Amino acid sequence: MITPARTARRRLVTDRVMTALFLAAIVVAVAPLVSVLGYIVAQGVSGITWAFFTRLPAPVGEGGGGMANALVGTLTLIALASCVGVPVGILGGLFLAEIGGGALGWWIRFTADVLNGVPSIVVGVFVYALVVVPMKRFSALAGGIALGIMMIPLVMRTTEEMVRLVPAALREASLALGIPWWVTTLRVTLRAATAGVITGVMLAVARIGGETAPLLFTAFNTQYWQAGWDQPIASLTVQLYNYAIAPYDDWHRQAWAAALVLMAIVLVLNVAARAAGRPRSLGG
Amino acid sequence: MFRSQVGREAEALLLPPGGARPRRWADRTFRGALTAPGLVVVLLVAWIAVELTGAAMPAIRRFGPAFLWTSRWDPVHNVFGALPFVYGTIASSVLAVVIGVPISLGVAIYLAEIAGARTARLLSCLIELVAAIPSVILGLWGIFVLAPWVRTVVEPPLAAVLGWLPLFSGPAYGIGLLAAGIILAIMVIPVVSSVSRDALRAVPQEQREAMYALGATRWEVIRHAVLPYGRSGIIGAIILGFGRAFGETMAVTMVIGNRPQIAPSLFQPAYTIAAALANEFSEATSDLYLSALVEMALVLFAVSLLVNGAAQWLVSRMTRA
Amino acid sequence: MGIVTTLRNQALSDALARAEPAGSVGAWRLRVERLHAYFGRVHAVRGLSIAIAAHRITAIIGPSGCGKSTFLRCLNRMHEVVPGARVEGRVYLDGEDIYAPYVDPVTIRRRVGMVFQRPAPFPTMSIYDNVAAGLRLAGVRDRRRLDEAVERSLRQAALWDEVKDALGKPGTSLSGGQQQRLCIARALAVGPEVLLMDEPASALDPASTSKIEELARTLRETLTIVIVTHNMQQAARVSDNTAFMLAGELVEYGPTPQIFTRPGDHRTEDYVTGRFG
Repeated sequence: MITPARTARRRLVTDRVMTALFLAAIVVAVAPLVSVLGYIVAQGVSGITWAFFTRLPAPVGEGGGGMANALVGTLTLIALASCVGVPVGILGGLFLAEIGGGALGWWIRFTADVLNGVPSIVVGVFVYALVVVPMKRFSALAGGIALGIMMIPLVMRTTEEMVRLVPAALREASLALGIPWWVTTLRVTLRAATAGVITGVMLAVARIGGETAPLLFTAFNTQYWQAGWDQPIASLTVQLYNYAIAPYDDWHRQAWAAALVLMAIVLVLNVAARAAGRPRSLGG
Repeated sequence: MFRSQVGREAEALLLPPGGARPRRWADRTFRGALTAPGLVVVLLVAWIAVELTGAAMPAIRRFGPAFLWTSRWDPVHNVFGALPFVYGTIASSVLAVVIGVPISLGVAIYLAEIAGARTARLLSCLIELVAAIPSVILGLWGIFVLAPWVRTVVEPPLAAVLGWLPLFSGPAYGIGLLAAGIILAIMVIPVVSSVSRDALRAVPQEQREAMYALGATRWEVIRHAVLPYGRSGIIGAIILGFGRAFGETMAVTMVIGNRPQIAPSLFQPAYTIAAALANEFSEATSDLYLSALVEMALVLFAVSLLVNGAAQWLVSRMTRA
Repeated sequence: MGIVTTLRNQALSDALARAEPAGSVGAWRLRVERLHAYFGRVHAVRGLSIAIAAHRITAIIGPSGCGKSTFLRCLNRMHEVVPGARVEGRVYLDGEDIYAPYVDPVTIRRRVGMVFQRPAPFPTMSIYDNVAAGLRLAGVRDRRRLDEAVERSLRQAALWDEVKDALGKPGTSLSGGQQQRLCIARALAVGPEVLLMDEPASALDPASTSKIEELARTLRETLTIVIVTHNMQQAARVSDNTAFMLAGELVEYGPTPQIFTRPGDHRTEDYVTGRFG
């Protein structure tokens, strides 16, 4: 007779219980996402007004202010950061993919991962010492540099991954036609990997666009429009932070609205990148 | 460099035995142009170390190593001891790991061993989206949703059942070490589960089959064949998670209460190095104050180097083995 | 396996051995009726019916891709471990359908053991723990029972003398041939009635291969063995009965000498004379 013995029944029950526990773990891991998105939408929708996108912040106690300067500020900072992060990242990624075997390549890859793991606030402290102190002021430039430094390892890793995916045959066919290596790399290999590289940049932008800590004492913040590259600049994230920890309800509402806008941007970038075939990892 | 015969012949064309062809200098310049950014990265990390150490020197010279275990943080009298922040950082990170790792392992096991391919892809997408949530937004949610929930739903039962332990004593604020631990756990789960999942997927199928063939249930196969084999990758994942929690700033500072104290209870507010930097850096009045803060940043930097280095090494062993 | 069951099986097999001379198709240990196996929509085994004789070595031969490994895995319900895999039909082990709805695959796999093509000792376990793994799963804790079982299985696998002083060393510290014998010992430790071998020597050198073949012939006295092999000489050397499979179907089945010298089907003849495969 093939009936489970007494021990076997306990083993079957354990198997079922463990499977249920693992499923519960999934639920627990996904629940915060659902909760965060739910609250952002529920609380933030009421703050999405025309004023939000066009007005400057109002003084404390007055209603009707907006975050126009913070929105523009974040975009400005991203643009500044990309000037640093994108070229260095793409060229560095190309290096790792094309010449990256051997000891030098290993060390650079390792250091890039280490740089990726440096807490963002430490990068902020570094840029403070490097840029803010000599300039004697907070500035958009400093903020852009801080974010740019954080972008470099992200873009490097995704570029490397995407360029590696380009089939060797393509490269070699070009070389066999007598096209020099540097032209091949730029116009054949990199061009073939363009879509992937762009999605990598998009993901990096989504990451740094949501960063707050490195801006706290580099770009600082302002309630007005940006006055110059060497002046403080507002950003969605820092403004969100300041409003969230303040005691005013109107500011809380605006904080949720800012969260909605920021989250929407991050989600769109992430989903678009995924749809275009995202790189496997962001190295973090 | 190139694998095919055609490729090698092409390469031979580029490196002629005789004199330089006009195109060769362009290749070398380009090669240099590519190497430079890589070196920039190395330079950057070294530079960070140098700048931080330099700016922290006054405090290092003034307080010495005792900085790390003195607990008096007094900007008014220019006396700085980082122990409360070190305690808060370690405590919140350990809590994040204690709460987050079991959940991450459960997720990894489910996705690697139990779920079908399509379900696994969808679920891992969702979990990675959690990682994409900016820290400040999680902090916002933490202040208005998590902390009240902790205060009303989590801490009272804990206090009722385990209140005799110093770990769960005192009034329930919501805001405090427990909330910080929970929010850090949320941030750590995507990383740890993703790397653990890779470690589990790297286990060869024949190990599982050999265990099944001995008459094992699925959980027994996971427990005795898969998990031991993937051990080093999982440990690497845990260290990576710890490293992530260690340096986290915004979400933590918004829910931890920012009080520089060392209290045994998880319900009490605390302060981490990163949170202190975020709050006090722009308000540092004296040079020594600033220098002490930079010294804490240096500690954070050094630990992140160590932790990331160790984790990378462990994870690379998993992919090589 | 309790003592009573072992004694009962022993008595049964003694009776069978007395009843039928070796070399002919004897009493059935396994009877397969119209077995179909699918990987998703791929129909790998098509309506196969066969009876496996007790205490004999039955070889399954055929060109690669003919479904012989898939068929083998249906005999201990390993096929269904693959996601999307499906089995239809019946397989009777000592008269009971192992695919009946109330049957737990876990118990089947203890009664029908398996050895795989590439030796896969558990790398995080010692030699002793590897062999004891199956018993520990079944709940055996008593150190003496484990010791006895480990020694018995290692002797049965002709490995005891080589490892008896090094039982604590990791399973992977042995050579390829030794690892495979370790895997055989591991499978034997839980006391199966049938041992399935899926190309057990194809990853080994010739010396180890002949040791494995010798081992199979000695194990035949206590077990029924079904061996899948792509090596026809091996099938001819080792087995009592041979089944030839082609494209998921059973083409011919009979005593080994007959299959190799006077095959009935022209396809069998083509294969064994090396005209294809």
